[in-house]
Amino acid sequence: MSLEILTYSFMHRALISGIAIAILCSVVGLFLVLRRYSLFGDAIAHSSFGGIALGLLAGIYPLWTAYGVSIVSALIITRIKDKFNISGDASIAVLLSSGIAVGLVVIGFSGGFTIDIFSFLFGSILLVSVDDTVLILLLTGIILIVILLLYRQILYSTFNEEQAKVSGVPVEKINYLIVFMAGITVVTSIQLVGVLLISALFVIPNVTAIMYGKGFKQTAIISMSFSVFSVVVGILISYVFDITPAGTIVLLSIGLLAGTMGIKSAGLLSKN
Amino acid sequence: MLRAVEISNLTVQYPDVKALDDVSFVVNQGDFLGIIGPNGAGKSTLFDSMLGLNTKYKGEIKFFGEDIRKSKNYLKEIGFVPQKPIFEKNFPATVSDVVRMGLRNESDENKIDEILQQLWIHELRNRQIGELSGGQLQRVFIAKALVNNPKILILDEPVTGIDQQSIELFYSILRELNSKQKITIIWSSHDLDAINQLANHVACLNRTLFFHGKSEKFFSDDELVKQYSEASMQEHMHHH
Ligand SMILES: Nc1ncnc2c1ncn2[C@@H]1O[C@H](COP(=O)(O)OP(=O)(O)OP(=O)(O)O)[C@@H](O)[C@H]1O
Ligand SMILES: [Mg+2]
Repeated sequence: MSLEILTYSFMHRALISGIAIAILCSVVGLFLVLRRYSLFGDAIAHSSFGGIALGLLAGIYPLWTAYGVSIVSALIITRIKDKFNISGDASIAVLLSSGIAVGLVVIGFSGGFTIDIFSFLFGSILLVSVDDTVLILLLTGIILIVILLLYRQILYSTFNEEQAKVSGVPVEKINYLIVFMAGITVVTSIQLVGVLLISALFVIPNVTAIMYGKGFKQTAIISMSFSVFSVVVGILISYVFDITPAGTIVLLSIGLLAGTMGIKSAGLLSKN
Repeated sequence: MLRAVEISNLTVQYPDVKALDDVSFVVNQGDFLGIIGPNGAGKSTLFDSMLGLNTKYKGEIKFFGEDIRKSKNYLKEIGFVPQKPIFEKNFPATVSDVVRMGLRNESDENKIDEILQQLWIHELRNRQIGELSGGQLQRVFIAKALVNNPKILILDEPVTGIDQQSIELFYSILRELNSKQKITIIWSSHDLDAINQLANHVACLNRTLFFHGKSEKFFSDDELVKQYSEASMQEHMHHH
């Protein structure tokens, strides 16, 4: 393996966007995992599939329609869930299947555009443009700033909604905000791992980090580090061996999870 | 005397049961009110309504003279310790993280150490919340409730499943908060002895309010005491 690959500008763009997405997914994902909403990322990703198909059919840049459809459907499903008291996992199932169903019907009408769809299903990080990279950095920056500003309220309402409410935290608004940010994060990340593997980025580094039994900030930092490591190493390995980055990234983070489980069951992870 | 809380004709009707029926009472600032009543008496429902968690009630609830339907500002002056502090067992938060969640003014970081010291849990500050014993956990939640210097502390039956030694410590903390720091305390409990020692007012609740008044008056009425100690005995058997 030669270091030459680090000089290619497409590789710079891939690594920069990849790192931003890794950090973003791990932070937003941590709140989703702790809210027992692990599969929400997956559900939004599937509904974005419907959005992508619509965009391709209408001749609009598919990520824009994906943003629109994902965010709107995520907010609607959250509203329905609260109003009719549907459980989190059931509402995720509804969102997930309706997104795919819309996508399939739209593809049927268009006579099929399987090649374009493929890159959205599995990601195409080595193909990100300068514009894509700028957009990814911008959205990552905005979402991280919002989370930092509302850190206490978001954490508190994740910990316990009722107590947060009693402390005057506007819990409902915070919940919608998280769903909204998750929608943006998912669609932004599609370019990295595609629709099918997105929840891996949301969930695996966080489940791994939580096992270390640390405080909140440390857990978030551990998760981010694992996530960035998997993405960077995954992109490099996949380029060198000419395999798909998405699969490699996810397998690496599963490797870190398995390693952590090994350390933990060997009793080496003492608390404190 | 200043009125901290004023509850008038409070009625809560759930789909299947009337949990509270025409309950009215006043808590003055500096009072220590013990609320007693058997399971299902409506104690938690009363607190939920006072804290804005249940808005489907009839009647009126005022804090510091202002109707809580008009403004949620009163919540700033209240610390609440829930009956069951529910959270994910492996939630990645230390004791200081949890207390910090309650802190409205994030620049008051010192206040966290101060309150942890006051409650004898400072050495636990970096421990994960899921590893604590019931008694330690309870003090963490009291610390979270106290970290904003509330004027009123509301505790919903917070001693079930805690050993005797921790209970004694907890009672002495409550006594000090009320007598030295002049915090108004509203506390629901099954422990008549403790209420006798600590509270200066008693309310007996069982859907309606059976008694409300000075605690000497309650404890000099043998009939009433007998009735409620039996109710609380059943309660204890329920829990074991
Ligand atoms: N959210 C709710 N929906 C419907 N009924 C409720 C609800 N909460 C409480 N109840 C009912 O209202 C009555 C009063 O319940 P509440 O929890 O207020 O009693 P409690 O005095 O706190 O009891 P405990 O000592 O067991 O904590 C009970 O019959 C209960 O079943
Ligand atoms: Mg109760």
